[in-house]
Amino acid sequence: MNNVDTILESGLSALDAVQDLVELEQVKARYLGKSGELTELLKQLGKLPAEERKAAGAAINAAKQAFEARHNERRDLINADKLARQLAAESLDVTLPGRGSSVGGLHPVTLTLERIATLFRSMGFEVADGPEIETDFHNFQALNIPENHPARAMQDTFYVEGGDVLRTHTSPIQVRYMLNNEPPIKIVAPGRVYRVDSDATHSPMFHQMEGLWVDQDVSFADLKATVTDFLRRFFERDDLQVRFRPSFFPFTEPSAEIDVLGERGWLEVGGCGMVHPNVLRNVNIDPEKYTGFAFGIGLDRFAMLRYGVNDLRLFFENDLNFLKQFN
Amino acid sequence: MQFSEQWLRSWVNPSLSTDELSYLLTMAGLEVEEVNAAAPAFSGVVIAEVKEVVKHENADRLRVTKVDAGTGELIQIVCGAPNVAVGLKVPCALPGAVLPGDFKIKPTKMRGVESGGMLCSGKELGVPDDADGLLVLPADAPVGTSIRDYLSLDDSLFTLKITPNRADCLSIKGLAREVAALTDSALQPMAIAPVVPAHDQTVPVRIDAPQGCGRYIGRVVKGVDAAAPTPDWMKHRLERSGLRSISAIVDVTNYILLELGQPMHAFDLAKLDGAINVRMARAGEKLVCLNEQEVELTENLLVIADDAKPLAIAGIMGGLESGVTTASQDVFLESAFFAPAMIAGKARELGFGSDSSYRFERGVDFQLQRDAIERATALIVEICGGEAGPLTEAQGQLPQRPAVAVRSARVNKVLGLGLAPDSIADIFTRLGLSFDATAEGFAVAPPAFRFDIEIEEDLIEEVARVYGYDAIPSDAPRSRMKMLPLPETRRPRELIRQQLAARDYQEVVSYAFVDERWERDFAGNPDPVKLINPIAAQMSVMRSTLLGGLVDVLVGNVNRKQSRVRVFEVARTFHKSADGFNQPEKIAGLAWGSRLPEQWGAKTERVDFFDVKADVEALLHPHPVEFRKATHPACHPGRCADIFLAGQLVGVIGELHPQWVQQYDLSSAPVVFELEYAVVEAQRHVKAAPVSKFQPVRRDLALVVDEQVEVGAMLTSFRQAATEIVSEVALFDVYRGKGVPEGKKSLAFRVVLQDQTKTLTDAEVETVVSRLLDAVSANHGATLRL
Repeated sequence: MNNVDTILESGLSALDAVQDLVELEQVKARYLGKSGELTELLKQLGKLPAEERKAAGAAINAAKQAFEARHNERRDLINADKLARQLAAESLDVTLPGRGSSVGGLHPVTLTLERIATLFRSMGFEVADGPEIETDFHNFQALNIPENHPARAMQDTFYVEGGDVLRTHTSPIQVRYMLNNEPPIKIVAPGRVYRVDSDATHSPMFHQMEGLWVDQDVSFADLKATVTDFLRRFFERDDLQVRFRPSFFPFTEPSAEIDVLGERGWLEVGGCGMVHPNVLRNVNIDPEKYTGFAFGIGLDRFAMLRYGVNDLRLFFENDLNFLKQFN
Repeated sequence: MQFSEQWLRSWVNPSLSTDELSYLLTMAGLEVEEVNAAAPAFSGVVIAEVKEVVKHENADRLRVTKVDAGTGELIQIVCGAPNVAVGLKVPCALPGAVLPGDFKIKPTKMRGVESGGMLCSGKELGVPDDADGLLVLPADAPVGTSIRDYLSLDDSLFTLKITPNRADCLSIKGLAREVAALTDSALQPMAIAPVVPAHDQTVPVRIDAPQGCGRYIGRVVKGVDAAAPTPDWMKHRLERSGLRSISAIVDVTNYILLELGQPMHAFDLAKLDGAINVRMARAGEKLVCLNEQEVELTENLLVIADDAKPLAIAGIMGGLESGVTTASQDVFLESAFFAPAMIAGKARELGFGSDSSYRFERGVDFQLQRDAIERATALIVEICGGEAGPLTEAQGQLPQRPAVAVRSARVNKVLGLGLAPDSIADIFTRLGLSFDATAEGFAVAPPAFRFDIEIEEDLIEEVARVYGYDAIPSDAPRSRMKMLPLPETRRPRELIRQQLAARDYQEVVSYAFVDERWERDFAGNPDPVKLINPIAAQMSVMRSTLLGGLVDVLVGNVNRKQSRVRVFEVARTFHKSADGFNQPEKIAGLAWGSRLPEQWGAKTERVDFFDVKADVEALLHPHPVEFRKATHPACHPGRCADIFLAGQLVGVIGELHPQWVQQYDLSSAPVVFELEYAVVEAQRHVKAAPVSKFQPVRRDLALVVDEQVEVGAMLTSFRQAATEIVSEVALFDVYRGKGVPEGKKSLAFRVVLQDQTKTLTDAEVETVVSRLLDAVSANHGATLRL
């Protein structure tokens, strides 16, 4: 029996000495293979006297199990070690920059337009659109702007061949919408508008957004509430002070300028008023039955206020270094 | 309009501070743009009389004076002003005085001589003065009196922005009337007594254009001293209203304009030839105006003429020849009402206007003429002497002022208020509007000074203004709610833009008016929509393509040292059409520089046609678009495609033409695309189809074809030959080189077959694949690459 112990001992130390799986299997074959040392012992079992055979068999089987257990243990160890080395070898510099494309972005005036449109959609206003070369009727006449009004002068309004104008405000969108739809009407009308003017605070092309709500009982109080709510949401300041100051526009009456209180005092941010009955009549809406309010703001100006831009021209120079800030 | 607060307060003096008054006016619709002090802050300056002047022993330019500043003893002051002289009354800063700029006056020694104060110039006090040296005061200026009090320097100058409907507020009288109404305080009425005629000379007046001239009152004042100086009080008021003193009689007419709002004119009687006729100008007539500009009069201009010639353009500007001068002895004063419609727009046509035309075109009180001429006459006689004659008055058509019906219920409905009729009546009373009560409210008679009260809304606005916009509630509106439509067949605008942004494009905004050259270069458009009045030659036409703007943005950014530019724009374009203009929105993009930003893991390669084509395909996904080889003025003829959707041309893509690359000074060609926005916006409403549960089969076909054969054409052939079990045919490789003859290319296609109802057998697959092979072999000479 000493022989079994000796073989097992030498087998176990052989297993312990092994460093890779191939060698491990070779050692296993040496002891447990067809002509392995432990297998040979088993084969010789029959030569033993019957009374010794049982004990010897049990001893050999125990040695086989011990060998196999150590073999498995050793195999797991070698595998784990191999995996550990592989993982170590595969490790990355995770701080390397990501690969592939970068992203672009939207123009700050678009961002402003979308924010405002979203705010008004949440109150049930639809976004309307219209042409930029407009007829005198849609841009002026329908809006109660008299024949000799200074706004119609060539030094204020761009005229195209044939006598049409580049719209000077987005109000003609309202005119078109009212001509084609019955009240209740709740729209905002954003877009590019044009005026003959160019300096640090004026661009010959700029962006406006106008709003219009016409229904049976729309009042000046509703106008104040809607515009105030909008300004507070847009600037994200619940305590924003808003005031409405009497003014004059041909297309609204009563009319008001909209001021907000900024760090340096009151700042004019738009105009508004109750839609003039003549305007309603011009688009076939009965002013006795319906009233409405309208307001207009400069989108570029709102973008300037919101993002701290101090020169309007930056919006039209398209310097990527400027534009990418908003991405 | 600029005015002096003190002048206004002499008419109406509510207990409001300057700031409160300013706020009141602004919140009543008379926007105060600026309030400036008449003079900067200073103290301790009194009127002194120069009693003695001697040369300074140690300085050529200095004089040693002794002045009486009312302190009981003469003060010695060293003075450097050249105009100092005995007997002058001048401002004197006493020790302890603080001049503008926080300059403190102390007793001092100047070149060894004691000086106990400082004699001041107008400049040193911040008071306008044309003369150099000391500010010389009138001989009767009281010694010892504070100069601030004497010159009324504790005054504020208000600058108002008056809206065109409020011409009634273009005078002190009008503003005072308004302030009285707003504050419910008393207006000090100015008593204007008729001047008793001292002779009976008149100039006959006839109105031949009654629609243009409602009233014309004239008067002869004889024997004036037209060179008499304008009194200081009047000068100051004119100056503080932004007008310069010219001569006494002109100053009086300007003063009346500011005080009462009535523009007036003074003719030199000696230059008049017979009677005055207010008539339309005749073709061919000319007039040299007071601004020395010669005007060829047109027949739509109203003129004041005598028997021989036009004298003045009515309400706009007098003639140089006939106007009063300091040499005039007898004058003819005019106080008239000209209809706004007759004056409006004329200043623009003429290229010049005046304070007078500014008021007439907005509306002057048509009952004011008599008061104005009486007040002017009295002032002229007081300042220049002379004798007034009787008034001559002629009338044309005066404005009709029918009563305006106001319903209390309507007032409350429009404003969202609940005012009692009494409260509304009170507002009308304060505004000086007379009215009668009616069943539903009021019948209001518009006064002669208001040209903006014609309909009910005009009076609703007045109620709102006086009630106060601030006081109108601002409660959340109640309304009949309605959900907005959300068509799934249209993609939201922001989504489309965000998609391009996500593909590394930056949105830009460029002008819709462009250089005519861009239209030729990038759209081949010889006849773009032209602007009649462009602000610059390079912005003279409306663009029909956005490509020019994108190339311009590229050039600008290359100049700013950008090495990679990817931009897009969404905007309207402008095209002539049979019935006017087409203005479709387009979406266009440009990519230039490396395909990817320079980075560690990818080779730096220039972006090419196919990179951008993928962007376009993504934008149009899942529409089945077709790219057809095409030519376009902007693009390289071999690298350009028209984009078709359901047989409709919807856009273009291509590499910029080498000619423009060179002309616009670019180092390499950008790839550009432009699409109809409406097409991009459209979206399919998905109807789901069943998905096959059976295994798909894939066959790869490597086909050799001539170089000229287009993949698109082969795909079309495949599509036509395919049976319903072919679920996909797609190109996955293009190969040229070893194993493929010169002039040919090898194209590898993936064919995926799948049946809805069963697993496909090899035989079924082979039958279909043969069909496909036969089709491309027959149509394109394709052979299987072995």
